[in-house]
Amino acid sequence: MRLGLPASARIGPNATALPSDRPAGRRVTLSRRALPHLLVCLMALPIAAGLWGTISLALSHPSGRTAAFADLMAWRGLPRSIALSVIPGFVATAASVWLTLALLALYSGSPAFALMRRMLSPLLAVPHAAAALGLAFMIAPSGWIARALSPWATGWTAPPDVMTLNDPWGIALILGLIAKELPFLLLMSLAFWPQLDAPRRLTLMASLGHGRAMAFVAAILPPLYARLRLPVFAVLAYAMTSVEMGRILGPSLPPTLSVQITIWLMDPSLTARPIGAAGALLHLALVLGALGIWLGLERLGGQFLRGVAATGRRGTALDAPLGALCLGLTGLILGLTFAGLASLLLWSVAGLWPFTAALPETYSVAVWSQAGRDLVQSTGVTAALGLIVALAATALALVLIQSPHTLALIYVPLILPQLAFLPGLSAGFLAIGLSDTLAAVALMQLIFVLPYAVLSLAPPYRALDPRFAQTAAALGASPARIFWTLRLPLLTAPLLTTLAVSFAVSIAQYLPTLLAGGGRIETLTTEAVALASGGNRRLVGAYGFLQLLLPALAFAAAIALPRLMFRHRAAMKGL
Amino acid sequence: MLQIEKLTLSLNGAVMIRLTATIAPGEVLSVMGPSGSGKSSLLLALIGALPAAFAQSGRTLLNGADLTPLPTAQRQIGILFQDDVLFPHLSVAGNLSFALPRGMDRAARMAEIENGLSAIGLAGFALRDPATLSGGQRARVALLRALLARPKALLLDEAFSRLDAALRAQIRQLVFDQARARGLPLIMVTHDADDALAAGGRILGPMGDIITL
Amino acid sequence: MDRRTFGKLALATGGLTLWGRAALAADWTAILAEAKGQTVYWHAWGGDTKINDFIAWTGAQALEQHGVTLEHVKLASTSDAVARVIAERDAGQTTGGAVDLIWINGDNFAAMKNDGLLFGPFAEALPNWAQVDVLGKPSVLNDFTLPTEGYESPWAMARLVFEYDTARLPTPPRTLSDLAIFAGAVPGRFTYPQPPDYLGMTFLKQALYGLLADPSVLQSPAEGAAYDTAAAQLWDFLDALHPSLWRGGAAFPDSEPAMAQLLADGEIDISFAFNPGRASAEIAAGTLPDNVRTFVFDQGTIGNASFLAIPFNAAHQAGAQVIANLILDARVQARAQDPALLGFQTVLNVAALPDDQKALFANLALGAATLTPEQMGPSLLEPHASWVTRLGADWTERYGVAQ
Repeated sequence: MRLGLPASARIGPNATALPSDRPAGRRVTLSRRALPHLLVCLMALPIAAGLWGTISLALSHPSGRTAAFADLMAWRGLPRSIALSVIPGFVATAASVWLTLALLALYSGSPAFALMRRMLSPLLAVPHAAAALGLAFMIAPSGWIARALSPWATGWTAPPDVMTLNDPWGIALILGLIAKELPFLLLMSLAFWPQLDAPRRLTLMASLGHGRAMAFVAAILPPLYARLRLPVFAVLAYAMTSVEMGRILGPSLPPTLSVQITIWLMDPSLTARPIGAAGALLHLALVLGALGIWLGLERLGGQFLRGVAATGRRGTALDAPLGALCLGLTGLILGLTFAGLASLLLWSVAGLWPFTAALPETYSVAVWSQAGRDLVQSTGVTAALGLIVALAATALALVLIQSPHTLALIYVPLILPQLAFLPGLSAGFLAIGLSDTLAAVALMQLIFVLPYAVLSLAPPYRALDPRFAQTAAALGASPARIFWTLRLPLLTAPLLTTLAVSFAVSIAQYLPTLLAGGGRIETLTTEAVALASGGNRRLVGAYGFLQLLLPALAFAAAIALPRLMFRHRAAMKGL
Repeated sequence: MLQIEKLTLSLNGAVMIRLTATIAPGEVLSVMGPSGSGKSSLLLALIGALPAAFAQSGRTLLNGADLTPLPTAQRQIGILFQDDVLFPHLSVAGNLSFALPRGMDRAARMAEIENGLSAIGLAGFALRDPATLSGGQRARVALLRALLARPKALLLDEAFSRLDAALRAQIRQLVFDQARARGLPLIMVTHDADDALAAGGRILGPMGDIITL
Repeated sequence: MDRRTFGKLALATGGLTLWGRAALAADWTAILAEAKGQTVYWHAWGGDTKINDFIAWTGAQALEQHGVTLEHVKLASTSDAVARVIAERDAGQTTGGAVDLIWINGDNFAAMKNDGLLFGPFAEALPNWAQVDVLGKPSVLNDFTLPTEGYESPWAMARLVFEYDTARLPTPPRTLSDLAIFAGAVPGRFTYPQPPDYLGMTFLKQALYGLLADPSVLQSPAEGAAYDTAAAQLWDFLDALHPSLWRGGAAFPDSEPAMAQLLADGEIDISFAFNPGRASAEIAAGTLPDNVRTFVFDQGTIGNASFLAIPFNAAHQAGAQVIANLILDARVQARAQDPALLGFQTVLNVAALPDDQKALFANLALGAATLTPEQMGPSLLEPHASWVTRLGADWTERYGVAQ
């Protein structure tokens, strides 16, 4: 939608806000300003309560208040487990950031980029578990690649005994994390892109003889990275925390710290859970420490790049090798992920599919018919939850973005590792008797969906030309009328996109759904992860496919509806 | 009659506008100055939509009533921006209807819209998508929309700068004629000497200094 | 437990049954009435479609016959349900709990029973209890040597059997030492699920049976010198075995189905399962090659029973008992034993059933890869639950942090 002006022309975040020196306007102003703050506090409350609950749990070890921490420190696997959380987290984040920036620098505006963007967007909606399972089947020694190449190219009649999966260095885990984090960072960057006046700046630098990479570093990177910092933090925190990815792709002797914490927390013995809670607090400290280190590295990197830019080097020779590298890597990751997802679908209809057969030898819909009832039921629960949560999140996001402080605060649930406050929070739900209900799951999901709704809606909302509202007000329209008949219709496409994003995020929620729903609220994702632990590829394939289908339908609707609604309005055709 | 009394706007301590002026019905006051001199902020202050970052003092009276405590919607001042700012999701008629006072019945609305469109040479354009109109047609619809809201004064923010020379003179004349015919005091912010000369009224700088061309 | 203690126990429980029979019949009518309209949340491992399907079918019977709705809460691990009940207790929730019924045994049962987290005793008051083969299948009363005392009701017999692909491995190793020799000769073709996974632990216990001169120590709590000597022998064996395992012992599959998938993928040559009919059912479903067969060790393999338990705070205790009773019905048991559907062995004394019900079992096909009762060999008793706890912790301490 071309409604916005360049950022420089915008006047303020909320141009219709009434100047506070006018007595008649003061009451209105107060309530409109206070509401978003109130909501932000309401969001912070459950997180604080959950954190408190986790601390109490850590102190509840039967042999003493600090015994859980002592046991944790005494665990031999701790150093390695910490390393497995921190190092792949850092590497995956750095690689995702680098790939995002390199793709933007070298290919933004090109047809290859448009294609990649179209392919990456649906990946954002793919649940981590499904992506990881697909990837695992691709790279395993008995995986699809090995099957396709055997025995004619490799000579293997049985899979080789090599560790391409669950490797002790976490390489498979890193690959999986990048596959999920790259789309997120790239799409976040694209949301900020219109504010950066990028095409003009890049053209200007090109006219000065700069290569694309150098031009990007000098002209776009500083303002882009300033906006991208919080999403990057969220990615780093997530990469260090992901339980599903760690379980499926990561090593197990020992596992990553977050996986080990989940194991402790799920252990029925009275001593294990406090150790898990202590581990969760240690993990929180690690994430905060990692964010600090990242900030330091960021500063060093910034100095280095500024130094490079200041030399006035044009760096035209850099573009080709950089381009080949980042295109190759992105292509590889995209290819593996998409083929992996396709393999899930194929497995769901596979009969016998032995090693060296590139395709199943027999096909069967047994899984679909056997699990049909469960599949329909879970799909219904998942879609209903997703719809409720998406509507609530979008409505709340509309209110929250009125407050200029929202954007930083909204990241708190994304940056704080879920493990640190979910155990305490689900205990809280139990205490107030709300556990196991759809309402509890919806509320819990809302905490994690709302940030994405705000992230999705804020850029187009703030880019909306303030003169629309000014003109309408000057024509005599009240703030309410401006909101309902002007802002909302003008934001139809971004609102629908926000609904679709929220819907997709809701569908992907695993730990919050599991803990608030007590296992009774069965969504496609909780089912898929439960099954994934069983390794039944056929069933996981069926669930994984439906997990992909729902968000895909939502995004298709978000694209098609504005076109249909505004088919007679050329300037409203959407993105 | 629009009276501006010692209206002072400052941003981060720097005074950008200091103005005292009285504009009679049908009179045009031109405010000229280089870009970045805060001319547009003056108009936002007059309609009551000044961003909170600005500090403001002084007052404005329209036909004797103090505007300062009123929200934008109750000030009855029309404004035309550099772009026409037609609402892209509404038809031409939808845009015009948005401006009409509430409480009119549908037939009366349609009649007034048709009459207005005929008067500016756009009869039969009611159901058109604004995006399909030419620049001149859009400018005329924007003017008509501002007038249908029955303003008591009209503000122009570089309203002609996007139009080419021939069209510019034509639209400019149309706006001045309509304002005069309705006896509206008019303030035009511009950096273009031709606009200011065509207006034929006083020309002031942002600090209230008189400019002679 | 020795034979004498067992005898006393059987007598005691038998006595209880006789003593309470008349009173129980009236109670049962009340329980049926209370159960009608309830929704029972059965927390059970959800990793196998065949089992999920069986539970769904049982739910349909429950609704039709007793008006009880059965919801299968699919778990990744039984301990999830236990953790849930503990969390509820910690939050002070003594009624209306979320978990109505748990598929349980072994250390999870021991933990819940010792913590007073179970409802009961109820099992021996169930009308269908009379048909359970208490004498022929003693493990229905003793779960990992811990007397069940009516706090859990059996629903299926399980036996450890090994699975192998005859196309790749013509003669399977039938003793523990032969298995070790096979692993050493063809490195990378054998593994076991990572303890404390249930089946992984079963492999360790099976190994102890093969290593110990006197396996009877396994029936006592894992304590003192007996544990230390036994564990030392096990670690020596595993230290030697691990380098020749799949991935050189640097990674393990995390569950039974994950290991089964390795067999199906051809990554390993020998797998094992706690269900003698699993391989046949998979062949019938067309997901395993039809040259897969099963075998047991000459010495015998570990057998146990699967149970149903009801948490102390379950919201629908009446409905849960109705399900526990229904699943002991001959028709339901015969369906579970059908190798084409599930292949779980019945807990009932088939010989003592009325003829029409006997026929239900007699008509079942054995399945392509299922061993006959004669081929099955002796069933070895589960060790005391503390062996699982200690061996699991020590395995993790010893091997859980490789390198």
